[in-house]
Amino acid sequence: MGILDSKEPQGPLADKWTKHKNEIDLVNPANKRNIDIIIVGTGLAGGSAAATLAELGYNVKTFCYQDSPRRAHSIAAQGGVNAAKNYQGDGDSVYRLFYDTVKGGDYRSRESNVYRLAEVSTNIIDQCVAQGVPFAREYGGLLDNRSFGGVLVSRTFYAKGQTGQQLLLGAYGAMNRQIQRGKIKSYTRHEMLDLVLVDGKARGIIARNLVTGEIERHSAHAVVLATGGYGNLFFLSTYAMGANVMAAWRAHRRGAFFANPCFTQIHPTCIPVSGDHQSKLTLMSESLRNDGRIWVPKRKEDAIAIREGKLKPVQLSEEERDYYLERRYPAFGNLVPRDVASRAAKERCDAGFGVNKTGEAVFLDFASAIMRYGKEKALTSGMKDPDDNTIRELGEKIVEAKYGNLFQMYEKIVDANPYKTPMMIYPAVHYTMGGLWVDYNLQTTIPGCYAAGEANFSDHGANRLGASALMQGLADGYFVLPYTIGDYLSDDIRTGAIPTDSPEFDAAEKDVRDRMEKLMSGTGIHSVDYYHKKLGKIMWNKCGMSRNEKELKEAIKEIAELRKDFWENVKIPGRPDSKNQELEKAGRVADFLELGELFAKDALERKESCGGHFREEYQTPEGEALRDDENFKFVSAWEYMGEPSTAKLHKEDLVYENIKLKTRSYK
Amino acid sequence: MKLYLKIWRQKDASAKGQMVDYTLDGVESDMSFLEMLDILNEELISKGEEPIEFDHDCREGICGTCSLQINGRPHGPDTMITVCQLHMRSFNDGDEIVIEPWRAKAFPVIKDLIVDRSAFDRIQQSGGYISVNTSGRPVDANAIPIEKHIADTAMDAATCIGCGACVAACKNASAMLFTSAKVSQFALLPQGQVEAAERVQNMVRQMDLEGFGNCTNTGACEIECPKGISLENIARMNREYLSASVKG
Repeated sequence: MGILDSKEPQGPLADKWTKHKNEIDLVNPANKRNIDIIIVGTGLAGGSAAATLAELGYNVKTFCYQDSPRRAHSIAAQGGVNAAKNYQGDGDSVYRLFYDTVKGGDYRSRESNVYRLAEVSTNIIDQCVAQGVPFAREYGGLLDNRSFGGVLVSRTFYAKGQTGQQLLLGAYGAMNRQIQRGKIKSYTRHEMLDLVLVDGKARGIIARNLVTGEIERHSAHAVVLATGGYGNLFFLSTYAMGANVMAAWRAHRRGAFFANPCFTQIHPTCIPVSGDHQSKLTLMSESLRNDGRIWVPKRKEDAIAIREGKLKPVQLSEEERDYYLERRYPAFGNLVPRDVASRAAKERCDAGFGVNKTGEAVFLDFASAIMRYGKEKALTSGMKDPDDNTIRELGEKIVEAKYGNLFQMYEKIVDANPYKTPMMIYPAVHYTMGGLWVDYNLQTTIPGCYAAGEANFSDHGANRLGASALMQGLADGYFVLPYTIGDYLSDDIRTGAIPTDSPEFDAAEKDVRDRMEKLMSGTGIHSVDYYHKKLGKIMWNKCGMSRNEKELKEAIKEIAELRKDFWENVKIPGRPDSKNQELEKAGRVADFLELGELFAKDALERKESCGGHFREEYQTPEGEALRDDENFKFVSAWEYMGEPSTAKLHKEDLVYENIKLKTRSYK
Repeated sequence: MKLYLKIWRQKDASAKGQMVDYTLDGVESDMSFLEMLDILNEELISKGEEPIEFDHDCREGICGTCSLQINGRPHGPDTMITVCQLHMRSFNDGDEIVIEPWRAKAFPVIKDLIVDRSAFDRIQQSGGYISVNTSGRPVDANAIPIEKHIADTAMDAATCIGCGACVAACKNASAMLFTSAKVSQFALLPQGQVEAAERVQNMVRQMDLEGFGNCTNTGACEIECPKGISLENIARMNREYLSASVKG
């Protein structure tokens, strides 16, 4: 087992979690009052963990960089949350949800963690309904479900296109109840700058009050990092602008291993980049692929004419269009998983068939769906020989009822009417499956430091299926951590409050102050965004949807050079002892510049293609991903040794006792 | 296009603020309003000046962080959107644009265009939740059937993003639309019934304590709300409050 002990319970898969809970040490309620827990990040994982741990009786302190816990980026999730309720009677079960998740992740996740996730998924729905989350209902008053991303059952619960928002507000409400009771102290507009270790255990954090600039010391018996993903290292992504890797990365520098950094999910249906000024990408829900058909022109001349505005997409006949997903993957067509759809779009655009002015967009066309729905409606309304215009109008109404808010959002951003002309879409960075390595208890390699939700690596493997991220965040926070952290804290009932005037806190604060001073002292010629954009370009071009040895090696070199330039030439106006958004960004970008290099190094090391990681050297003759289970069926966990270039690789071999590894095929 | 911007600058909560003029050239119509400010800030940084601080995060219209008063209107000239979804095609070459922070006593300015909206959190903390334990095992979700139109109406109220545009739009700086959205969501659902009377009284009391003004049914809040939260919620909250007061 070596240094990476996953602490998976023994015994049959279905009994592991129950057995583990039965064997865990408990903390007496009277003793919980003497134990402090710090939670960094207040999204689905952090918010639900904070509420539950406070309710159990621990003293909780939460930290978020936003002005309110309610604004964590979990709020932007659109689609839904999976749960193996089998309300539809379509054969769903805990095992099936487990199986789909492991397969969807291309067999690079840990079996026992994923099984537990599937097992507690049903509790999540019960919990959220009890909290008043207004999930969609059927006319009979029961909960409605829909199908999502390449699975064969309807297990996705949703609240319009705003499921993440409603689940987060549920957790935020639960937090508020504990804040009112005095059990949670919420620090908003605060950022964790370092993790403090005492005798090898996580015992607190150094935080910065983003309003006053004050550096603060906070101690606790355990620290939970629920800080989300690191996709913003690409600069352009669907992440919130403030999403960062700082807390996780600082913990990594203090000894927490960073796992599978190169596993990034690229979502196929985002609004394309329009120009150099762009700061942010917007996702269009995956549900659109249920009715939209994806195509580019068959002839390159037509693509060029469309790009130059000389030809309109609607002028091309069916025969002049290449519905490339339907052509390549007849069985799944437009509904292939996210990694497959994304790569196929890139392949066509790289070959010169892109349809917007930058050449990086494909069409998502609703014309056939509009006509199909229109005909159906005309028929059921008893219309005789309606003309095409009438059919189109009827169809547009049906499509509006299904996707109206998304169509409106598209029109606001792109200024084109998607009912009349096909939408343009392109893949964008959406979720990171890598994160801090954790064992079955969600503890990192630092005792007392836990990671939950997107900040850890454990459940999604190399690719994340739709509607599974919300599930993991809430499972970790409501149902897993409250048990597993108690096991650790049961040794701490006699410890007493952790002092913040120890040499360890002094040293950590000094480190933080030195680093900030170094950032501010540069004579500086370039802004923080200048470096962030440069890093993003390297990442997207060389560590993006497809990777190869040559370019990854170049990326490693270029990022190291960029990092050096950043520390010498970054320009940060203002002062460190007051509100200073440029300084906030600078600290985050400094960390991205280290993580980026480790990311490329991890991608270089993994000489196979799987999920969101496509190495060009490892593909089938048809251009599909070629996994290598023989040599790469492991989690890569990197140990910090002073520089990303010297990081040391540890491998956790993944054992599949209950699932037979198969090649994913969507042909 | 070329724009003439008048922007509120204020060093911190205690400093006196003022409008400052900026001229920005090369603005493209497909930029978002916040990207336009990004570009202005790049220019300021390159000149060695301090950039203008403004709140923003998701840039997808859902987190509720962005909060600019543009030409006197919260979230600017378009309807049903937040500032991050406002694009420069809504403006013309040579336009003068006035940019200010939300104006309300209960939302003190932190710096430049950033205000402190923690009063909203405190209103929620006073009762904007259902008191159910999180680590227990509640009843099966389908054991609480809810009529579809009730669930849909509750969802419409729950859509509030807490941005504060309603307060900024109101001549009295009232937080009635915000508070009533949460009260409505739980008043409509069976799960929220048990503590409904206590909830509405506590939330209204906290709202008043925070220094928000009264509602005079002007309706500006509904017009400027990026999520279309309806005035009906205020009527529902008033009924809830009255009935709770009668019950004592």
